[in-house]
Amino acid sequence: MLATMDFRLSSEQEAFRQTVRDFAEKVIGPRAEEMDESGEFPVDIVLQMGELGLFGLPFPEVYGGAGADFTTLCVAIEELARVDSSMAITLEAGVGLGAMPLYLFGTEQQKQRWLVPLARGEKIAGFGLTEPEAGSDSGNTKTTAELGQGEWVINGTKAFITNVGTPISQHVTITARTAPDEISNIIVPVDAPGFTAGRKYKKLGWHASDTRELVFADARVPEENLLGARGEGFKNFLIILDAGRVAIGALAVGLTQGCVDMCVSYAKERKQFGKPIADFQAIAFKLADMSMSADLGRLAVYRAAWLHDQGLPFKREASVAKLYASEAAVTAAREAIQIHGGYGFMDEFAVSRFYRDAKVLEIGEGTSEVQRILISRDLLGG
Amino acid sequence: MNVLVLVKQIPDPNNPYQLANNRLKRDGGQNVLDPGDEFGVEAALQLTEANGGEVTVVSMGPESAMEAIRRALSMGAHKGVLISDDSLQGADALVTARVLAAAIKKTGFDLVIAGVESTDGSTGTVPGAIAELLGVPLASFAKHLEIKDTTLHIQRQTEKGYDDVESPLPAVLTVTAGVNEPRYPTFKGIMQAKSKPVEQLKVGDLGLSADEAKATQTVNEVTPAPARGAGEKFEDDGTGAAKVADFLKEAKVI
Repeated sequence: MLATMDFRLSSEQEAFRQTVRDFAEKVIGPRAEEMDESGEFPVDIVLQMGELGLFGLPFPEVYGGAGADFTTLCVAIEELARVDSSMAITLEAGVGLGAMPLYLFGTEQQKQRWLVPLARGEKIAGFGLTEPEAGSDSGNTKTTAELGQGEWVINGTKAFITNVGTPISQHVTITARTAPDEISNIIVPVDAPGFTAGRKYKKLGWHASDTRELVFADARVPEENLLGARGEGFKNFLIILDAGRVAIGALAVGLTQGCVDMCVSYAKERKQFGKPIADFQAIAFKLADMSMSADLGRLAVYRAAWLHDQGLPFKREASVAKLYASEAAVTAAREAIQIHGGYGFMDEFAVSRFYRDAKVLEIGEGTSEVQRILISRDLLGG
Repeated sequence: MNVLVLVKQIPDPNNPYQLANNRLKRDGGQNVLDPGDEFGVEAALQLTEANGGEVTVVSMGPESAMEAIRRALSMGAHKGVLISDDSLQGADALVTARVLAAAIKKTGFDLVIAGVESTDGSTGTVPGAIAELLGVPLASFAKHLEIKDTTLHIQRQTEKGYDDVESPLPAVLTVTAGVNEPRYPTFKGIMQAKSKPVEQLKVGDLGLSADEAKATQTVNEVTPAPARGAGEKFEDDGTGAAKVADFLKEAKVI
């Protein structure tokens, strides 16, 4: 018999998908519009997500995790995004950017101290990579960290950082120059002297997700807060970003599926010219295309996640999944508005929020252009 | 204390139901743990978390009802009992009560918790019949409950408010949908549920005769409820508000 090829998730993963779907529909869904309008980070909902074990999914139980895997995390992100992208990115960034660096590069002591509260869902954390002058050119880090008298003294600014300014934020792991040609990762607790999480950005979408500028003015943390080996910060964050891309792909698939589900029910109900608009091919074909792109994005995301869980190379597949799924999500959200017509342009309809939430998927954790660079480099070498 | 929770697998109430031979079609579609039973499971978990003891979920149904039991186990219940027997197909409320009462007696209990009625059958008679068969009190429609020493205290939901009711244990208790907020199964819970013990029983294991397990009722016909009428329309010629007010007064709404 040939080796098996099986596209199904396990029955436990399917059961968990249903749990997260129920949670998203019953707990997050009714609040999503109000959260979008107020831009308030809903601490109570995020703590409930923690009780559900979402923030510990890919981590072993000894670190407070659920002992699941990366694929199961992607399922959870997808199901949250089907209802609300702000909570989906809070989970994605919380696990992929906040907790994962500790798990991958932390010492046992660092894991016990910093990872356990995150995996248990009691605290959240962020990753500070992007700077005003270091976006796609992420190696152009200007932030410096100087070691003296057992402390790192950090100076610089980080931009567009998720999950660091909330009442339950624990720390941010940053990239900083520890020598002119050397980048390292350092854990900065939110109460470190000299550290400030600036005011919230006003954003096009992801309103209830916490996004801030971070300022380090002679910020001081103990020497032991170095995460991973000195000088390996650049290499290490690239590893973090590979998996993060798959997770953003999962978020995009969830958003696309949300568009499909909303549009199918709307198109069956909304009547024009005496019949449901679903009876017009102009609408039905849009639904078919949208559903197809959700499927294909899902296949690409789960392939990459599965490779990652198997310990196999998945860098190119991660880029493919993120690039395809995010562009498909933007298209799906645009078409979802079109199907809803004038009502879609009104904020009372969730598709309007999905449209605003979609765009950033083509930007965050590597722009579409960066993904194309990575995929073409893989083809052409160099 | 040993808390038993009666659970039922039902066709997903979000989908339109289908009939076969005047009976609800239970195979082929999406089946779920009756949402009304989740309150009972949660109540049992809270009681044993506070007072110690074990939660056992008990279900009568086809083999597939194992999924409903697993769902309750993934919420945190400790073990399960599934009574599945081809001879029970088409069982009525009385037979169901006999079978469950026999299984409960066999398992041993301090408290049996059920929803007030199943979401699909909605007879609401099974818990009362079980209490009678077991010879223990029935504390019904609890919207709040606690156990002090060995006495069960509940607030029994009534039309106007609630009655305070006390009952000695052992007892049968039914809980309303407002009694608590059922927890969601965690991934860990789902994984652990796989290895929790579920005892599978046949009618013969319960000491019931074939006659006792035979339905005494048959459903001859199922007729859909009449569609709601069109309602009354008031044209607003300036007196619309008064007409609506009169209508509401007549209906004794105001």
